[in-house]
Amino acid sequence: MNILLELFLMFMKIGLFTFGGGYAMISVIEDICVDKKKWITHEEMMDVTVIAESTPGPIAINCATFVGYKIAGFFGALLATIGVVIPSFIIIFCISSFLDNFLEITIVANAFKGIKVGVGILILNVAINMIKKMPKKKFPIVIMTSSLVAMIIITFTAIKISSITIMLMAAIIGIAYYRIEEKYYFRRN
Amino acid sequence: MIYLSLFLAFLKVGCFSFGGAYGAIPLIRDMVLSHGWIDEERLTYMIAVSESTPGPIMVNMATYIGSTKAGILGALVATLGVVLPSFCIILLIMVLLKKALNSVYFQGALKGLKPCVIGLILSTGLHMVITNCIPDMSKVYIDMKALIITAFLVLVLFGYKRKTSRKMSPIMLIMISALSGIIVYGV
Repeated sequence: MNILLELFLMFMKIGLFTFGGGYAMISVIEDICVDKKKWITHEEMMDVTVIAESTPGPIAINCATFVGYKIAGFFGALLATIGVVIPSFIIIFCISSFLDNFLEITIVANAFKGIKVGVGILILNVAINMIKKMPKKKFPIVIMTSSLVAMIIITFTAIKISSITIMLMAAIIGIAYYRIEEKYYFRRN
Repeated sequence: MIYLSLFLAFLKVGCFSFGGAYGAIPLIRDMVLSHGWIDEERLTYMIAVSESTPGPIMVNMATYIGSTKAGILGALVATLGVVLPSFCIILLIMVLLKKALNSVYFQGALKGLKPCVIGLILSTGLHMVITNCIPDMSKVYIDMKALIITAFLVLVLFGYKRKTSRKMSPIMLIMISALSGIIVYGV
Protein backbone atom coordinates (compact mmCIF):
# COMPACT_ATOMS: atom_id res chain seq x y z
CA MET A 1 0.00 0.00 0.00
CA ASN A 2 1.10 3.53 -0.70
CA ILE A 3 2.91 4.81 2.40
CA LEU A 4 1.08 8.15 2.36
CA LEU A 5 -2.29 6.45 2.28
CA GLU A 6 -1.23 4.10 5.03
CA LEU A 7 -0.05 6.99 7.24
CA PHE A 8 -3.33 8.78 6.65
CA LEU A 9 -5.45 5.73 7.50
CA MET A 10 -3.41 4.77 10.57
CA PHE A 11 -3.61 8.25 12.05
CA MET A 12 -7.30 8.41 11.26
CA LYS A 13 -7.68 5.21 13.24
CA ILE A 14 -5.70 6.75 16.11
CA GLY A 15 -7.91 9.86 15.99
CA LEU A 16 -11.07 7.79 15.96
CA PHE A 17 -10.30 5.37 18.76
CA THR A 18 -8.48 7.36 21.44
CA PHE A 19 -10.53 8.99 24.12
CA GLY A 20 -9.21 11.38 26.73
CA GLY A 21 -6.84 13.56 24.76
CA GLY A 22 -3.11 13.62 24.10
CA TYR A 23 -1.59 11.51 26.83
CA ALA A 24 -3.92 8.61 26.14
CA MET A 25 -2.99 8.96 22.49
CA ILE A 26 0.74 8.69 23.11
CA SER A 27 0.41 5.07 24.23
CA VAL A 28 -1.73 4.18 21.22
CA ILE A 29 0.72 5.90 18.85
CA GLU A 30 3.58 3.99 20.46
CA ASP A 31 1.71 0.72 20.02
CA ILE A 32 1.00 1.33 16.33
CA CYS A 33 4.07 3.26 15.15
CA VAL A 34 6.79 1.59 17.21
CA ASP A 35 5.63 -1.96 17.93
CA LYS A 36 3.40 -2.83 14.98
CA LYS A 37 4.53 -0.74 12.03
CA LYS A 38 8.14 -0.11 13.14
CA TRP A 39 7.93 3.35 11.62
CA ILE A 40 10.02 4.89 14.39
CA THR A 41 12.22 3.47 17.16
CA HIS A 42 11.47 3.48 20.85
CA GLU A 43 14.09 6.21 21.41
CA GLU A 44 12.49 8.38 18.77
CA MET A 45 9.15 7.87 20.46
CA MET A 46 10.68 9.15 23.71
CA ASP A 47 11.98 12.18 21.78
CA VAL A 48 8.53 12.89 20.39
CA THR A 49 7.02 12.73 23.85
CA VAL A 50 9.53 15.23 25.21
CA ILE A 51 9.14 17.51 22.19
CA ALA A 52 5.35 17.28 22.35
CA GLU A 53 5.39 18.17 26.02
CA SER A 54 7.67 21.14 25.56
CA THR A 55 6.02 22.67 22.51
CA PRO A 56 2.54 24.23 22.43
CA GLY A 57 -0.51 22.74 20.75
CA PRO A 58 -2.37 19.43 20.86
CA ILE A 59 0.00 16.56 21.71
CA ALA A 60 -1.64 14.30 19.12
CA ILE A 61 -0.89 16.81 16.37
CA ASN A 62 2.73 17.10 17.47
CA CYS A 63 3.12 13.31 17.34
CA ALA A 64 1.35 12.94 13.99
CA THR A 65 3.48 15.64 12.39
CA PHE A 66 6.68 14.11 13.77
CA VAL A 67 5.98 10.55 12.67
CA GLY A 68 4.58 11.63 9.30
CA TYR A 69 7.63 13.74 8.52
CA LYS A 70 10.00 10.99 9.61
CA ILE A 71 8.36 8.46 7.28
CA ALA A 72 7.46 10.50 4.22
CA GLY A 73 8.61 14.11 4.51
CA PHE A 74 6.33 17.12 4.31
CA PHE A 75 3.38 15.35 2.69
CA GLY A 76 3.65 12.54 5.20
CA ALA A 77 3.41 15.09 8.01
CA LEU A 78 0.46 16.77 6.33
CA LEU A 79 -1.51 13.58 5.74
CA ALA A 80 -0.85 12.15 9.20
CA THR A 81 -2.02 15.42 10.76
CA ILE A 82 -5.15 15.64 8.62
CA GLY A 83 -5.85 11.99 9.41
CA VAL A 84 -5.72 12.50 13.16
CA VAL A 85 -7.99 15.57 12.98
CA ILE A 86 -10.71 14.34 10.60
CA PRO A 87 -12.62 11.95 12.94
CA SER A 88 -12.88 14.60 15.70
CA PHE A 89 -13.92 17.20 13.23
CA ILE A 90 -16.74 15.15 11.75
CA ILE A 91 -18.01 13.81 15.09
CA ILE A 92 -18.05 17.20 16.81
CA PHE A 93 -19.54 18.91 13.78
CA CYS A 94 -22.47 16.48 13.89
CA ILE A 95 -22.89 16.84 17.66
CA SER A 96 -22.85 20.63 17.47
CA SER A 97 -25.74 20.67 15.05
CA PHE A 98 -28.07 18.78 17.38
CA LEU A 99 -26.74 19.63 20.87
CA ASP A 100 -29.13 22.59 21.22
CA ASN A 101 -32.23 20.50 20.46
CA PHE A 102 -30.91 17.72 22.62
CA LEU A 103 -30.57 20.09 25.60
CA GLU A 104 -34.29 20.98 25.44
CA ILE A 105 -35.15 17.50 26.72
CA THR A 106 -35.49 17.86 30.52
CA ILE A 107 -33.62 14.71 31.46
CA VAL A 108 -30.68 15.65 29.23
CA ALA A 109 -30.62 19.20 30.59
CA ASN A 110 -30.54 17.83 34.14
CA ALA A 111 -27.79 15.37 33.28
CA PHE A 112 -25.77 18.29 31.95
CA LYS A 113 -26.35 20.24 35.18
CA GLY A 114 -24.61 17.35 36.91
CA ILE A 115 -21.91 17.19 34.23
CA LYS A 116 -21.20 20.89 34.74
CA VAL A 117 -20.28 20.13 38.36
CA GLY A 118 -18.26 17.10 37.24
CA VAL A 119 -16.17 19.09 34.76
CA GLY A 120 -15.17 21.61 37.45
CA ILE A 121 -14.01 18.78 39.70
CA LEU A 122 -12.25 17.05 36.81
CA ILE A 123 -10.19 20.16 36.02
CA LEU A 124 -9.43 20.77 39.69
CA ASN A 125 -8.31 17.15 39.98
CA VAL A 126 -6.00 17.48 36.95
CA ALA A 127 -4.41 20.56 38.53
CA ILE A 128 -3.91 18.78 41.86
CA ASN A 129 -2.26 15.81 40.14
CA MET A 130 0.04 18.17 38.24
CA ILE A 131 1.03 19.92 41.48
CA LYS A 132 1.88 16.55 43.02
CA LYS A 133 4.25 15.82 40.12
CA MET A 134 5.79 19.30 40.11
CA PRO A 135 9.36 19.52 41.49
CA LYS A 136 9.08 20.78 45.05
CA LYS A 137 11.48 23.68 44.68
CA LYS A 138 11.03 27.33 45.56
CA PHE A 139 10.96 28.67 42.00
CA PRO A 140 8.13 26.56 40.51
CA ILE A 141 6.06 26.93 43.68
CA VAL A 142 6.39 30.73 43.64
CA ILE A 143 5.51 30.95 39.91
CA MET A 144 2.56 28.57 40.31
CA THR A 145 1.17 30.45 43.31
CA SER A 146 1.59 33.90 41.78
CA SER A 147 -0.09 32.87 38.50
CA LEU A 148 -2.93 31.38 40.53
CA VAL A 149 -3.36 34.54 42.61
CA ALA A 150 -3.10 36.76 39.51
CA MET A 151 -5.77 34.73 37.70
CA ILE A 152 -8.10 34.79 40.71
CA ILE A 153 -7.73 38.59 41.04
CA ILE A 154 -8.39 38.99 37.30
CA THR A 155 -11.47 36.74 37.41
CA PHE A 156 -13.10 38.45 40.35
CA THR A 157 -12.29 42.05 39.42
CA ALA A 158 -12.82 43.94 36.20
CA ILE A 159 -9.11 44.02 35.28
CA LYS A 160 -8.62 42.82 31.71
CA ILE A 161 -5.38 40.88 31.40
CA SER A 162 -5.37 37.72 29.31
CA SER A 163 -3.87 34.47 30.51
CA ILE A 164 -1.41 34.70 27.60
CA THR A 165 0.07 37.85 29.17
CA ILE A 166 0.58 35.99 32.44
CA MET A 167 2.23 33.10 30.56
CA LEU A 168 4.58 35.46 28.69
CA MET A 169 5.58 37.06 31.99
CA ALA A 170 6.25 33.63 33.50
CA ALA A 171 8.40 32.69 30.48
CA ILE A 172 10.48 35.88 30.78
CA ILE A 173 10.95 35.38 34.52
CA GLY A 174 11.93 31.76 33.79
CA ILE A 175 14.64 32.83 31.33
CA ALA A 176 15.98 35.48 33.72
CA TYR A 177 16.03 33.00 36.60
CA TYR A 178 17.75 30.32 34.50
CA ARG A 179 20.47 32.73 33.40
CA ILE A 180 21.10 34.02 36.92
CA GLU A 181 21.20 30.49 38.28
CA GLU A 182 23.69 29.53 35.57
CA LYS A 183 25.99 32.48 36.31
CA TYR A 184 25.92 31.72 40.01
CA TYR A 185 26.72 28.09 39.31
CA PHE A 186 29.71 28.90 37.12
CA ARG A 187 31.12 31.38 39.65
CA ARG A 188 31.05 28.78 42.38
CA ASN A 189 32.87 26.24 40.27
CA MET B 1 -15.14 39.37 10.23
CA ILE B 2 -16.05 36.28 12.19
CA TYR B 3 -13.86 33.83 10.24
CA LEU B 4 -10.75 35.89 10.75
CA SER B 5 -11.34 36.43 14.46
CA LEU B 6 -12.12 32.71 14.95
CA PHE B 7 -8.93 31.79 13.12
CA LEU B 8 -6.77 34.27 15.04
CA ALA B 9 -8.25 33.37 18.43
CA PHE B 10 -7.57 29.67 17.91
CA LEU B 11 -4.17 30.38 16.42
CA LYS B 12 -3.32 32.06 19.73
CA VAL B 13 -4.66 29.04 21.62
CA GLY B 14 -2.51 26.76 19.43
CA CYS B 15 0.57 28.90 20.02
CA PHE B 16 0.25 29.16 23.80
CA SER B 17 -1.30 25.94 25.03
CA PHE B 18 1.47 24.18 26.86
CA GLY B 19 0.78 21.03 28.83
CA GLY B 20 -1.89 19.42 26.68
CA ALA B 21 -5.61 20.02 26.54
CA TYR B 22 -6.05 21.17 30.12
CA GLY B 23 -3.46 23.86 29.55
CA ALA B 24 -5.62 25.08 26.66
CA ILE B 25 -8.86 25.30 28.63
CA PRO B 26 -7.99 28.55 30.47
CA LEU B 27 -6.97 30.09 27.12
CA ILE B 28 -10.05 28.93 25.23
CA ARG B 29 -12.22 30.20 28.07
CA ASP B 30 -10.50 33.58 27.87
CA MET B 31 -10.96 33.84 24.10
CA VAL B 32 -14.52 32.61 23.96
CA LEU B 33 -15.82 34.68 26.87
CA SER B 34 -14.06 37.89 25.82
CA HIS B 35 -15.51 37.60 22.31
CA GLY B 36 -18.88 36.60 23.76
CA TRP B 37 -19.04 33.59 21.41
CA ILE B 38 -20.70 31.16 23.82
CA ASP B 39 -21.54 31.46 27.51
CA GLU B 40 -19.73 29.84 30.39
CA GLU B 41 -22.38 27.15 30.83
CA ARG B 42 -22.24 26.00 27.20
CA LEU B 43 -18.45 26.01 27.36
CA THR B 44 -18.52 23.68 30.35
CA TYR B 45 -20.90 21.33 28.52
CA MET B 46 -18.56 21.34 25.58
CA ILE B 47 -15.55 20.45 27.71
CA ALA B 48 -17.51 17.39 28.84
CA VAL B 49 -18.47 16.48 25.26
CA SER B 50 -14.87 16.93 24.08
CA GLU B 51 -13.67 14.67 26.87
CA SER B 52 -16.18 11.97 26.02
CA THR B 53 -15.66 11.91 22.26
CA PRO B 54 -12.50 10.61 20.60
CA GLY B 55 -9.71 12.78 19.32
CA PRO B 56 -7.63 15.71 20.55
CA ILE B 57 -9.68 17.78 23.01
CA MET B 58 -8.45 21.10 21.62
CA VAL B 59 -9.52 20.14 18.10
CA ASN B 60 -12.94 19.11 19.42
CA MET B 61 -13.44 22.45 21.17
CA ALA B 62 -12.25 24.47 18.18
CA THR B 63 -14.57 22.58 15.84
CA TYR B 64 -17.54 23.05 18.16
CA ILE B 65 -17.04 26.77 18.77
CA GLY B 66 -16.29 27.41 15.11
CA SER B 67 -19.37 25.56 13.89
CA THR B 68 -21.80 27.12 16.40
CA LYS B 69 -20.57 30.60 15.48
CA ALA B 70 -20.08 30.30 11.74
CA GLY B 71 -21.08 26.90 10.39
CA ILE B 72 -18.77 24.47 8.66
CA LEU B 73 -16.41 27.14 7.38
CA GLY B 74 -16.10 28.52 10.91
CA ALA B 75 -15.33 25.03 12.19
CA LEU B 76 -12.67 24.64 9.50
CA VAL B 77 -10.86 27.91 10.20
CA ALA B 78 -10.96 27.43 13.99
CA THR B 79 -9.57 23.90 13.68
CA LEU B 80 -6.93 25.05 11.22
CA GLY B 81 -5.94 27.81 13.65
CA VAL B 82 -5.47 25.44 16.58
CA VAL B 83 -3.54 22.84 14.53
CA LEU B 84 -1.30 25.10 12.44
CA PRO B 85 1.17 26.25 15.17
CA SER B 86 1.95 22.67 16.32
CA PHE B 87 2.35 21.49 12.76
CA CYS B 88 4.75 24.30 11.84
CA ILE B 89 6.72 24.14 15.09
CA ILE B 90 7.33 20.40 14.81
CA LEU B 91 8.34 20.70 11.14
CA LEU B 92 10.68 23.55 12.01
CA ILE B 93 12.25 21.56 14.82
CA MET B 94 12.75 18.52 12.58
CA VAL B 95 14.06 20.41 9.59
CA LEU B 96 16.33 22.99 11.16
CA LEU B 97 16.48 23.50 14.81
CA LYS B 98 16.74 20.28 16.72
CA LYS B 99 19.22 22.05 18.97
CA ALA B 100 16.86 24.95 19.67
CA LEU B 101 15.05 22.77 22.19
CA ASN B 102 18.17 22.58 24.33
CA SER B 103 18.90 26.31 24.19
CA VAL B 104 19.16 28.20 27.46
CA TYR B 105 16.36 30.54 26.47
CA PHE B 106 13.90 27.83 25.58
CA GLN B 107 14.65 25.74 28.65
CA GLY B 108 14.43 28.84 30.85
CA ALA B 109 11.10 29.84 29.33
CA LEU B 110 9.75 26.31 29.93
CA LYS B 111 10.85 26.49 33.57
CA GLY B 112 8.62 29.51 33.99
CA LEU B 113 5.78 28.27 31.76
CA LYS B 114 5.19 24.85 33.28
CA PRO B 115 4.32 25.95 36.83
CA CYS B 116 2.42 28.95 35.43
CA VAL B 117 0.15 26.66 33.41
CA ILE B 118 -0.56 24.60 36.52
CA GLY B 119 -1.57 27.80 38.33
CA LEU B 120 -3.89 28.75 35.45
CA ILE B 121 -5.54 25.32 35.38
CA LEU B 122 -5.97 25.39 39.16
CA SER B 123 -7.64 28.79 39.05
CA THR B 124 -9.97 27.66 36.24
CA GLY B 125 -10.98 24.57 38.23
CA LEU B 126 -11.49 26.56 41.43
CA HIS B 127 -13.53 29.18 39.63
CA MET B 128 -15.76 26.52 38.05
CA VAL B 129 -16.37 24.63 41.29
CA ILE B 130 -17.05 27.82 43.27
CA THR B 131 -19.42 29.39 40.74
CA ASN B 132 -21.30 26.09 40.42
CA CYS B 133 -21.99 26.06 44.15
CA ILE B 134 -22.38 29.85 44.60
CA PRO B 135 -23.83 31.13 41.31
CA ASP B 136 -24.45 34.65 42.62
CA MET B 137 -21.62 36.06 44.69
CA SER B 138 -23.37 39.36 45.51
CA LYS B 139 -26.39 37.70 47.11
CA VAL B 140 -24.41 34.85 48.67
CA TYR B 141 -26.94 32.45 47.21
CA ILE B 142 -25.81 28.86 47.54
CA ASP B 143 -27.05 26.24 45.08
CA MET B 144 -27.66 23.37 47.50
CA LYS B 145 -28.23 20.79 44.78
CA ALA B 146 -24.94 21.61 43.07
CA LEU B 147 -23.21 21.56 46.45
CA ILE B 148 -24.57 18.06 47.13
CA ILE B 149 -23.36 16.77 43.74
CA THR B 150 -19.95 18.39 44.30
CA ALA B 151 -19.55 16.71 47.69
CA PHE B 152 -20.74 13.38 46.30
CA LEU B 153 -18.38 13.47 43.31
CA VAL B 154 -15.39 14.39 45.46
CA LEU B 155 -16.20 11.43 47.72
CA VAL B 156 -16.53 9.09 44.73
CA LEU B 157 -13.26 10.32 43.25
CA PHE B 158 -11.30 9.81 46.46
CA GLY B 159 -13.04 6.55 47.27
CA TYR B 160 -12.20 5.14 43.86
CA LYS B 161 -8.56 6.17 44.17
CA ARG B 162 -8.21 4.58 47.62
CA LYS B 163 -9.97 1.37 46.65
CA THR B 164 -8.32 0.74 43.31
CA SER B 165 -5.21 2.96 43.63
CA ARG B 166 -5.88 3.99 40.04
CA LYS B 167 -7.06 7.29 38.66
CA MET B 168 -10.66 7.41 37.54
CA SER B 169 -10.97 8.05 33.82
CA PRO B 170 -12.51 11.40 32.89
CA ILE B 171 -15.28 9.70 30.93
CA MET B 172 -16.32 7.65 33.96
CA LEU B 173 -16.41 10.76 36.15
CA ILE B 174 -18.55 12.56 33.57
CA MET B 175 -20.97 9.61 33.38
CA ILE B 176 -21.32 9.50 37.16
CA SER B 177 -21.90 13.25 37.28
CA ALA B 178 -24.56 12.98 34.56
CA LEU B 179 -26.35 10.29 36.57
CA SER B 180 -26.20 12.31 39.77
CA GLY B 181 -27.53 15.33 37.85
CA ILE B 182 -30.54 13.28 36.77
CA ILE B 183 -31.09 11.95 40.29
CA VAL B 184 -30.73 15.32 42.07
CA TYR B 185 -32.49 17.59 39.57
CA GLY B 186 -35.16 15.04 38.59
CA VAL B 187 -36.08 13.25 35.40
